[in-house]
Amino acid sequence: MEEGRPGGIIVSILRLVGAVAIPIVGFLILWATFDFLRDADANRFLVVGVAIVVGVGGVFFLYWGMNRVVDFLSPRYREGVRPYVFVGPALVILAVFLIYPVLNTILVSFKDNRSESFVGLDNFRFVFTDPGMLRAIRNTFGWIVIVPLVGVSIGLAFATLADRLRRGEAIAKSMIFLPMAISFAGASITWRLIYNFRPQGFGSNIGLLNGVMLGLGQDPVRWLDFKPWNNLMLMVIMIWMQTGFAMVVLSAAIKSIPDEILEAARIDGASELQVFRRIIVPSILPTIAVVTTYMVINAMKVFDIVFVMGSPETRGTEVIAERMIDWFFINNHDGRGAAIAVILFIAIIPVMIVNIRRFREEEAIR
Amino acid sequence: MSVAEPVAPPSAPAAPRRAPDEARGGGWFVRIAVLVIVILWLIPTVGVLITSFRPEALVNSTGWWTALAHPFRAAEWTFENYRLALDAGGLGNAFLNSLAVALPATVIPIAIAAFAAYAFSWMDFRGRYVMFIGVVALLVVPLQMALIPILRLYNNGATVGRLIVFPDLDLVGTFLGVWLAHTGFGLPLAVYLLRNYIGSLPSSIIESARIDGADHFTIFWRLIIPLSVPALAAFAIFQFLWVWNDLLVAYIFLGGTQQNRVLTIALANLVGSRGENWQLLTAAAFISMALPLVVFFALQKYFVRGLTAGAVKG
Repeated sequence: MEEGRPGGIIVSILRLVGAVAIPIVGFLILWATFDFLRDADANRFLVVGVAIVVGVGGVFFLYWGMNRVVDFLSPRYREGVRPYVFVGPALVILAVFLIYPVLNTILVSFKDNRSESFVGLDNFRFVFTDPGMLRAIRNTFGWIVIVPLVGVSIGLAFATLADRLRRGEAIAKSMIFLPMAISFAGASITWRLIYNFRPQGFGSNIGLLNGVMLGLGQDPVRWLDFKPWNNLMLMVIMIWMQTGFAMVVLSAAIKSIPDEILEAARIDGASELQVFRRIIVPSILPTIAVVTTYMVINAMKVFDIVFVMGSPETRGTEVIAERMIDWFFINNHDGRGAAIAVILFIAIIPVMIVNIRRFREEEAIR
Repeated sequence: MSVAEPVAPPSAPAAPRRAPDEARGGGWFVRIAVLVIVILWLIPTVGVLITSFRPEALVNSTGWWTALAHPFRAAEWTFENYRLALDAGGLGNAFLNSLAVALPATVIPIAIAAFAAYAFSWMDFRGRYVMFIGVVALLVVPLQMALIPILRLYNNGATVGRLIVFPDLDLVGTFLGVWLAHTGFGLPLAVYLLRNYIGSLPSSIIESARIDGADHFTIFWRLIIPLSVPALAAFAIFQFLWVWNDLLVAYIFLGGTQQNRVLTIALANLVGSRGENWQLLTAAAFISMALPLVVFFALQKYFVRGLTAGAVKG
C-alpha cells in the first residue's frame, strides 16, 4: 500500500512508535507510582484506589494523548498511523506476555535442567518414556473425551428441558451455572467433603458419598485412592463446574430456533423426541461444536483440580499441565517442563486451526 | 434474572415464548427431571454452607445432612467458624489482597481491548485481518506455558546482544506484576469478544457519525463505548471471576507470604495445614465464594448475554 509512495519508511516508523508508545509510557507511569507505594508499604485500599485511577484513567488519557499527537502529523500520514495507535498497545502486550513465552519455551525445551546447554531431543524422549508422563497423557486423553461429552450432554438435556418450564427457568438455570463462580480452591474443599473417607475406628464418615454407602449397608470407600476410577472422581468436579457454561450457551441457541419450525413439525405429528433429534440438534450443531471445542481446550489445560486435590503421583491421577508445573517448580527441571509445555501446545494446535476456520466462515457470512 | 421477569398472575400466563401445553406430554416429567438435576448440582455447595455453620464437635461426628432433620435446634448452629476463619485463618487480609489484584486486573485489559476491538472492526488498515486472526489464535496458548518465561523476564529482564529489550524491574511480588500478567492473559478473549460485539453494531451509525465530521476517537468514546456496555460488562464479570478465582498466577507473581497472599492461596494453605478442620475449611471456602457469587447473581444477565454474543452467531 505505502511502498510506492515516498515516505513509506516514515509511515512505518511512525506506526511502530504509535504502537509502542502507549504501553511503554503507561507502564513507566504505573511503575513509578507503585515503586513509590511499595517503599511506603502502603495500605491496600490506597494501592487499589491509585491502581484504578492510574490504570483506567491513565490508560484512557494515554490513548487520547497519542490520538492528539497523530492529529499533528501531516494529513498524508495521519490516517495511516492512527489505527496502530489503537491496536498497537494490545499487540505489544500480547507479544510480551504470550508470543515471547511460547518462543522462549520452545527454545528451553531443547536445553538442560537449568536451561544452559543444549541437549537435543532428550527432554522429548523423556516426555514419551517416563511412566508418570505416559500416565498423564493417558489421563488427559480421558479428560478431553469424558468431560466435554458428559458436560455438553447434560447441558443440552437441561437446556432443552428448562426451555419447556412454565416458570422458574431462569432460577433453575442459574443454579446449574452457579459453580462457575467458585474457585478451584473452593471447589476442592467442596468435593473433598463429598469424597471424605475415614477408616473403621477413626471417627464416623462425614463424606456424603460414604454416608450413602453406609446407608446402603456397604463399606465406606477410599474414593480418591480408588484407581483408576479416582480420575473419574476428579473429572466429575470439572463437569460440575463447566456444565453451566455449556447449558447457558446452548440454551440461547435453542431459543433462537424459530417457533414456527417447531410448531409445524409438531402439527405434522412429530414426537418430542423426534423434534429434539431432527430439528433442535441439527439447527444448533454449530453452537454444540463451539461449546465442545471450548470444553476440550479447558480439559486439555486442566491443572488446578488435580493439583489441589492432592498427591497425583501416588494416586495415578497425573495430567499433562500438572506434570509441567511439577517439573518446572517442584523438580526444577526447566528443560523437561518446557518440553511438556511444547507437547501440550502442539496438541492444542489442531483445535486452534478449527477455531480459526470457524471464525473465517463466520466472517464470510457477515 | 428472576427479578427482571415479573411473575405473572397464575390466571394469565405472561405469554410464554413457547406456549407449553400439557398435551405435549412431559409436563411432570420435565419438572421432575429439572428438579433432580438442580438438586444434584446444588448438593455440594449446600453441604459446604451447612457445615460452615455447625459447631466443630457435630461436624466431626455426624454428616452435614443430619442437620436437615432438625433445622431449628439452636445448639446445631454457630457463627464461630467464620470468626475463626477471618482471624486465625488470616482471611481478612487475603480478602483485601484479592480485591487489590482483581479490580485493576479487570479494568486495564478491558480498556486496552476496547480500543483494539474498535480498530479491528471499523478502521481500515493493512493486515488487520491477519492481526486479528493472530489474536484469536493466541486464545489457545496454555497459560502455564507463559509463566516461567515471564517470571524470568520479571527477574532478569531481557537483552538482545547488549540492547536492553525489557529492563529488570524487579516486578515479582508486586501487584503491578500480577496486573500486567493478567492483562496479557486476558487480552485475547477480551479482544475477541469485544470485536464480535463492536463489529456487529450497525455500520450506518458509524458512517453517519463520520459524515457529521466525527473522528475515530470521538466515535469510539461517544458512540461505541455507550453502545457496548453489555459486552464490556460481560467481559468484566468473566475476567473478574477468573482473576478472583485464580491461584496459579497470583502464587507465582505475588507469592504465598502472609502479607501478600490472595484468598485462593490462603484457602489452599488451610487445606494443607488444617485438612481435617472441616468447620474452618468450609467457612473459609464460603468467604472466598461470597463476593463472586454476589457479582454473579447481580450481573448474570450481562454475563450470559455477553457470552452468548461471543459464541452464538445468529
